Order: sequence, then structure tokens, then C-alpha cells
Amino acid sequence: MKRSIIIVGVGGQGTLLASKILSTAAMERGLFVRTSETIGMAQRGGSVSSHVRMDAKELSPVIPEGRADLLLGFELSEAARILGKLAPEAKAVVNAEKIVPTNVALKKGVYLEDEYLELLKKRVPGAMLVEGTPLALKAGNARSLNVVMIGAASGAGLLPFTEDEMRAALRKSVREKTLAVNEKAFDLGIEEGLRWREK
Amino acid sequence: MTDKLYMGNEAIALGAVNAGVKIVAGYPGTPSTEVIETILRQKKPDINVQWSVNEKAAMEVAAGACYAGARSLVTMKQVGLNVAADPLMSLAYIGVKGGLVMLVADDPGPWSSQTEQDTRGFAKNANLPVYDPASPEEAYEMTKEAFSLSEEFALPVFVRPTTRVCHASASIDIPDVRETAKEAPCFEKRPEWCIFPALSYRKHGELEIKQKQLSDKFSESRFNTIEGNSRKGIAVSGVSYLYAKEVIKEYGLDVTLFKVGTPYPLPEKKAEEFFLKVDSVLVIEELDPIVEEGLLLINQGRVEIFGKRTGHTPCNGEFSCEIVKRAIFKYLGIEEQPETPAETPQFPVRPPVLCSGCPHRASFYAAKVAMKDEKKAVYCGDIGCYTLGNAAPLNATDTCLCMGAGITIAQGLQLAEEGIKTISFIGDSSFFASGITGIINAVYQKTKITLVVLDNRTTAMTGHQPHPGTGFTAMGEPAKALDIEMLLRACGMEYVKKVNPFDFEAAVEAIRGAKNFDGPAAVITEAPCVFKAPKPVSTHRVNGACTGCLKCIKEIGCPAMTPDENGKAAINEALCTSCGLCAGICPVGAIKEVSR
Repeated sequence: MKRSIIIVGVGGQGTLLASKILSTAAMERGLFVRTSETIGMAQRGGSVSSHVRMDAKELSPVIPEGRADLLLGFELSEAARILGKLAPEAKAVVNAEKIVPTNVALKKGVYLEDEYLELLKKRVPGAMLVEGTPLALKAGNARSLNVVMIGAASGAGLLPFTEDEMRAALRKSVREKTLAVNEKAFDLGIEEGLRWREK
Repeated sequence: MTDKLYMGNEAIALGAVNAGVKIVAGYPGTPSTEVIETILRQKKPDINVQWSVNEKAAMEVAAGACYAGARSLVTMKQVGLNVAADPLMSLAYIGVKGGLVMLVADDPGPWSSQTEQDTRGFAKNANLPVYDPASPEEAYEMTKEAFSLSEEFALPVFVRPTTRVCHASASIDIPDVRETAKEAPCFEKRPEWCIFPALSYRKHGELEIKQKQLSDKFSESRFNTIEGNSRKGIAVSGVSYLYAKEVIKEYGLDVTLFKVGTPYPLPEKKAEEFFLKVDSVLVIEELDPIVEEGLLLINQGRVEIFGKRTGHTPCNGEFSCEIVKRAIFKYLGIEEQPETPAETPQFPVRPPVLCSGCPHRASFYAAKVAMKDEKKAVYCGDIGCYTLGNAAPLNATDTCLCMGAGITIAQGLQLAEEGIKTISFIGDSSFFASGITGIINAVYQKTKITLVVLDNRTTAMTGHQPHPGTGFTAMGEPAKALDIEMLLRACGMEYVKKVNPFDFEAAVEAIRGAKNFDGPAAVITEAPCVFKAPKPVSTHRVNGACTGCLKCIKEIGCPAMTPDENGKAAINEALCTSCGLCAGICPVGAIKEVSR
């Protein structure tokens, strides 16, 4: 059972909903779920993470170093930053998008894209890179990136749930008026995941 | 399946609802805000909920309701308790009739706070009981119990979760079953409701007796438990319990675990029972050594006690499985393989920033332009989204202390230093919460402050709660919208201007006029928070005329703007709200509005 999933991104990318969908799927299986979220100041464009732990009655709500089984990275540098959380055999699904903070343009920070990619590939051989943001736009809303990423992980067979279980969890977790966009986003993610699996 | 995923704050809210709470008051603050928001979502017609003007008001409203016999809840973050400390300390003596639960959320880290103060210490100082939940499910149970404990002892009771309880979720089954009050609230006149020295002396004595009784009761509590049969003891409080459980399980450690759910008053008899089972104790608790010091007092030197005093754990910062593991390994004498840290590249620093299109950015920039001719301009900031005005390139927050202090710190600075010119910034919600008294002080003392009220018509940082200026209440009912301009005039300010900060030249002119005015002066910069503004129908775009000077980025640091591969400015149209601030800065007019 892959029971600890870490989701990282930049404030506003919707890690919370992704965490909710995964938790819902786990609860449908009757598993005790714990999650931990970044809420507050960091939501204004800072680094955010959501931790989802299944079968976790007596576990910390925060995943310890080296214990995450799966990483869902919504932004490249944030995914690379959190790699220390991953277990040795962990898998990773990472959105290729870069979100470069303003301080880089002001020469008060760096963004080393190639090094983050290299680190990711070294640490998680076969990590799945997804052009997720264009897919979210194609689904009808940039904010559906979170669901694209969940779909990609599901299509790639990296989640401990079936595609049907994930679809049911998605329907339970999003608002009626955003369901159509989110289902499209999920489908596009699934296709991406299946393609990766065939490779 | 009846289990649902509840965030700690939601579980606490439902604990209060199911305990039959009638009056709920609080002031928003991370990580406590979702408690009241959850109660509001329940839409229970018999529960009156308010976002009070500040924590002191909330505490007093709740206290009054309890005097009449209604169960009440007051919520705030840890620094809010400083504001409410005055009523709290007296209320500990006066006591309550209906149950009063004070939900005060602590923020080790801190993630979103000015301090890492420990509310358990505040409880001890006030001689009042405090529950310290380890998880959302325990927070639910504790909150429910806290109401009956409060009534049994006629004392207000603290429930003190930390960020990792408030913002952690767990799949739990919370029934929709509510306790009902035995009788309708009815205030009975008694001399004991009026605090006077003679009464205080008597009540203080009673409070000391009640603390002993509470300790005895807590020794029987299901929240204080002992697990294991090792002579090596560990005492643990709060979310650290789950960190310790994971470490103990992961490494198959043999210890006796004393889980302390009520750090004050410490369950003395339970601690005695624990001391009989062990030869030594490691205390694991975040922030101050409340349990550690309590155990040291009871112990009288019988067993060895380790903790913060011995350097096993720190007082500052949030704990984690790693910190708890290191402390336990050191205590048990387990050698750790020193891990060679993996080589990692430098990562981007990603501080929180003002949103693209945020009206505060325009206000800060206008103030800086208006102050250009000053020898020494000092910007006194305050608490809210606009604290983020401190970041480069705006650098428009030189001081930030606590809510309301931007107005009064400026007065002290100006009195002390010749030739200094200050601007005080305060948000609309903070203005009502704690800005007004400082303004009156400036007017009365004739201190020539320049005030900029950043009025975005909401309490933005905590998730858009209403306040006295918004014209509606927490429960969504229309209310009188207090007019900040009229209030400033009523406080005696003679120069008061209101401008839209995106009407940039006018904003600069108004602020310049204020700072040159011979007396305290104020400018209200009013424009809605981007989250509340209508969806933009246009965007701004950089055209071929851009020379790549990047002045737009260097002056205002909007997160929607970055240089492209050719070093020219580029706008992320998904983020752009077409506020137009950047267009006014471009020296060659290369930024134009286009329809979406």
C-alpha cells in the first residue's frame, strides 16, 4: 500500500483540492486518513505542501523525511526542493511548468531549471514530467492543473486506487459547476499517464 | 461510510455546535479562523455568530453571554489573546455560569504569526485549565468536554490547538447530535458579577482550590494516558504525541508513554503513577516547557527528567518526526548513523508576495513617490496582507510590531528624532480593531503623523471576513457600514482625503498633501481586494517598444511580470488584472491595455 503522498506547489495552485480528492478515495476504501496543509500567509505565492497519509491512525500528519511514496509536484523547483521527503523507491509526477519568483528578476534569488531537472531525474529515475499547465488550459481553466496531475498519476498507475475510484472521488470533491472542466482535466491527465506508461 | 475528512478547526467547530453553543464571537487570525467559518456554514438558527471588532470585544461578548447562562465560544489566534488579556484575567476571578470555551490557536514555527507565544503558559498565568489536543479527533472531543468542565467549575476553559492540529485533517465520524440547554439563559443579579478588591481576594483563594480539584479530575481524564511498561519514560503533549508514536513504531522502541492532554493544571496523581513506573523521563512538547516544569515540581528529584532544560528539544520552532526522533535517540543512547546531506542546488526563495493587481501595491508605491523629497522617510507598517509591503522592491515597511502599532510607533519615532518623516499604514479591518485609539492619541498629543488607510473593503489575509466598514455581518445580514473618513474626522483629524490608489497621480498628490499638512493627516486609499473585484475584462500587454530597462519590474515587483528570454518585460496574462500600475511606470509607454 502506497500510503504517504506529498503534493507541492506554489500558493494558489490548488494542492488542497488534490489532497481532498486523494483523501476521499482513501476513505471510500475505509482507510483512516490524515492530511496536513499549508494555510495562511504562504498561500500568497509562497511554497506550499499538502501531506496525505492513509491508514494513518497513529502516524504524524506531516510526512517525515524519506517516507513519502509518491510526489505530485505542481511546479518544477518546488518538486526538486522537497525530494528529501521521498522514500528510496518513491515515484514522482511533476508538472514541467516553472514559476519564477519576482526576486529572481531583481537579482535577489535564483532559478536553476536544469539543475532541478537533473536532481529530479537522479533522485527518481523515470520520474514522469507532464506539460500539465497547457492541458489544464485545454480543459478550460488553468486552475484545473491539480486535477490534470491527479489524472496523470492515475493513468500512469501510480495511485493506490483504480481510475473509477478516482473518478468517484473527484465527483465527490468538486463543486457541481466546476465538474465538467475538472472531468475534462482528469481525462487529459489520464491520457498523459497512459502514454507515459506505454513508454 | 459515515467518516468524513474534517480539518482540526472544523472538528473543534462541530464540537462546540454539538455541545450546544449559543453565542460565538472571535476575531480572524491564522490558524484559528476556520472555526467560526465552519460554525457559520452550519447555518444553525439558534446560534448567534459574530466576527467581533477585536479579540477583547469578542471575549467580553462571550463572557456576558455566559453570565446569562448561555454556552459560548470565543476564538482567536495566540497573539489575539494579548488583546483579550484584560478581560481574561478578571474573568478568571469572576467566573462564568454558562460554559465558556476559549479557543486560542498557537502557531509554532511560526507560520503566520508575530510570536511563538505559548497559550498554555497564558492559561497557567491566569490559573485556568487548558486542553492541548494531539489531533483533529481529539480536538473535537476536548472541545465538547470543555463546555461541561467550564460549567462544573464555573471557570472559562482554554482549548489550545496548534497549526498542525488546526490545519491537519482526519477521517472521523462526527454525529449530528446536539446537547440542549436545560434552561433558557437568565441573568441573575449577584454582587459576584462586579469585581472589587475584597471579592478578588476571596475569588483568588477559591481559584487556587479549584486548580487542585481540576488536577485531580484531570488525573482521571481519558485525555491523560499511560502506555507501555518500560522504565524509560516519555511525557508528551500536543501533536508531538503523533510524532512520538510514529518514531516509536518505526524503530520498535520500548518506552512508557505518558500522554498529557491537559498541561495545566497538570494531572498530579497521574504523574505520580507515571513516576512509579519509570526511572527517567524525556518531556516532548513544542514551545515553552510547561509540562516539563510541572513534572519537575511534582517529581521532587525522584527520577531524572530531560527536556528543554537539558537541550534535548528546542523552545523555538515547530517540531517534526525528525526533531522528536533525535531527542528520543539521544535520551535512549541510540547512536545515529550520521547522514551525509545530499548535495542540492540553490532553490528559489519564495516569500509570500502581494497578489498581482493588489491595490496595496499602488498605495505603497504612491506613498514612496510622494515621499521622494524627504531626507529620511520611515514606513511604519502593520498586520495584514500589507505587511508584505516590506518585500523588495517596494521596501515600504520599516517597522511592524503588532496590530495598530504602525500608528503609534510612528509617533514615538517622530518625537525622538529630528527631521524624520513617517508614514503609517493600516488596513481597514485593523483600523477598526486597534487603530482608532492610536489616532486619537496623535491628535491629542499634536503629533503630526501621516496615515494611509489601505481600505480594500475586507479582512483579506485571513480569507475575507466582514468588519464594521463592510456593511454586513458574519451571518450575512446587512449592517451599518461605518465610514472611515467620518471616523477620522470625528477623531479630530483635519486633513482627510479619500482616493483610489489606481488613480495614481491623485493618490500621490493626496499623500503629498497629507505629509506636508501642519497636523496629523490621513489618506484613505480605497479599492477592492483583487479577490473581491469584478473579473478583469482586459489585460495589459508589453509591445515591441519595450527597451528592456525593466523599470516596471524593479519599481513594483508585480508577480505577473517577469523578463522574457530576450530580457524584455513580459506579463503573465493569467495573473494580470489590468490594474495599469506598470503602464504608468514604463518610460516609453510600451505597456498597453488590450481586451481579453
